[in-house]
Amino acid sequence: MPLNWVLVLTTFLFCVGVYGVLARRNAVIVLMSIEIMLNAVNLNLIAFNGALEGDRLIGQVFALFVIAIAAAELGVGLAIVLLIYRNSFTVSLDEVNLLKW
Amino acid sequence: MIAEILGNGYVQLGMKLGVLMILLPATLALGWVELKIGAHMQARMGPMYPGGFHGWAQTLADGIKFVLKENIIPKNADKSVFSMVPYVTMLGAALIYVVIPAGENLVIENLEVGVFYVLAASSIGVIGVLMAGWASANKYSMMGALRAAAQLIAYELPLVLAAAAVAMMAGSLSLVDIVEGQKQIVLAGFYIPFLPFQIIGFVIFLIAATAEMTRPPFDMPVAEAELITGAFTEYTGIRFAFSLFAAEYITMIGLSAFGATMFLGGYAPLHTALEFIPGIVWLLAKTGTILFLLIWIRWTFPRLREDQLQKFAWKVLIPLSLVNIFITGALKLTPWI
Amino acid sequence: MQGLIFLVVAATSGFAAVRLVTNKNLVHAALYLVVTLMGMAIIFLLLTAEFVAWVQVLIYVGAVIVLLLFGLMLTRAQIGKTALDRQQRWVAGPVALVLFGVTAPVLWRFFDGRTISLDRQSGNTEALGTEIFTKFVLPFEVVSVLLLAALVGAVFLAKKD
Repeated sequence: MPLNWVLVLTTFLFCVGVYGVLARRNAVIVLMSIEIMLNAVNLNLIAFNGALEGDRLIGQVFALFVIAIAAAELGVGLAIVLLIYRNSFTVSLDEVNLLKW
Repeated sequence: MIAEILGNGYVQLGMKLGVLMILLPATLALGWVELKIGAHMQARMGPMYPGGFHGWAQTLADGIKFVLKENIIPKNADKSVFSMVPYVTMLGAALIYVVIPAGENLVIENLEVGVFYVLAASSIGVIGVLMAGWASANKYSMMGALRAAAQLIAYELPLVLAAAAVAMMAGSLSLVDIVEGQKQIVLAGFYIPFLPFQIIGFVIFLIAATAEMTRPPFDMPVAEAELITGAFTEYTGIRFAFSLFAAEYITMIGLSAFGATMFLGGYAPLHTALEFIPGIVWLLAKTGTILFLLIWIRWTFPRLREDQLQKFAWKVLIPLSLVNIFITGALKLTPWI
Repeated sequence: MQGLIFLVVAATSGFAAVRLVTNKNLVHAALYLVVTLMGMAIIFLLLTAEFVAWVQVLIYVGAVIVLLLFGLMLTRAQIGKTALDRQQRWVAGPVALVLFGVTAPVLWRFFDGRTISLDRQSGNTEALGTEIFTKFVLPFEVVSVLLLAALVGAVFLAKKD
């Protein structure tokens, strides 16, 4: 399978994730867009692992660690979102601006 | 010659379709068996009327009744998500059958990561419950769905850890390798399965599997119309039958076959002298044993409250399964295991 | 044949991802994420990363999606459409498009001709496990401590007091 097909897919998914983070105002959707970006990175790692010579497995090991870290980050992120909701009853990122001047 | 027949592409395709075809009648049969066993445990007769002989057509009659009922979708519900739920829950359950071996070559696909695949497939069903609860536009469904999802997530971990201990003993994640590993230990002609070495793991697996299917005593989320059926309140007719009964029975048979393969020896015979009986008979007998255990547990114990079952999962089962892994690791160091 | 499957699955994942970020219905967005993640898992299987594919299904589809749905439902996601997005989407769109338009042709031209070998030997899981526990033990232990910290942090942040 040609490598550059997979790379175009990962770039596309990453850019979709970037749009999601910048443009959506619900905090949980922003977290989902971050998950898309991390998935794109995972696919990139595995694709390059397949293109290496020899029986190297470093890409897949790295992808496993990225999955673990993404899960941890999502847990803490959702806890923060829930805490914000409990305090101010909104999850819209527009209205969480207490630290602004 | 048998190997040639089994190697033929059409025979393989036929076997794969055969497993799918057998799922629905097996579900109906299991429903009837559960009603009868429960009835006899409670000193009553159970279904006697439909179909003549001891009411064998009871679940079939129930199925026809569900099809004939009215299909209601609430006005505020999300129609597309609402209708997709039965298929998602049944998909998560039916995917388990792909890796269960009925013989050394009689498996749909002998995946290298068979154990892991079963655990991944059984975790897809959780999304179905959440979708059902949210799409019903009913706050009681929503709460039932959240509690059900919390219970399913909590009991996935002991299931994974009990399976990990078995994989450690066999040295492989492939289910055919696990059964072959259980055929290695022979004592006076008897094949010793992993059960005596993994008795803690087996108990943990039974409890976690019961909770994964939200069967009593862990059926707080469902509680059968005492809690207005939890996440599936607004489901009527055939959707109700599919998402509640069919998915549960298919998961029951799937997880029992999985437990039988991992702990009781799968298609391996009991004694070397009995090897002429084909493997699938042994697998069905052992699956039936575990199914009987599950049905027995259902009609015996009272229901656990939601906080009791969460405490039980996180504070008792997970440390116990970690201890089990530790013991298994120590057992692997001895030269004769 | 594998190229064809890859194109179909990639198109589905890409479409689901686009529908995820442009959808006004919140739980539909989560379900589109399920489609995207399952598509990724299928592509991992195509690229013979079997263990990573099933880890993806177990953790992402099994746990992360459930967590996100919990987060949506506990913050009162309504059925039906929510309000419009931020006004920044007219800037975010061009930014994403420019990023794609610059990166993709460069990658395409630079890695043209290299292929992914799809005939790995079996025993992938065993080799992966050996490599994690011999060469990458330190990152493994660090990730364990990280997960412990995240667990304690999430429990502490979300408990009622």
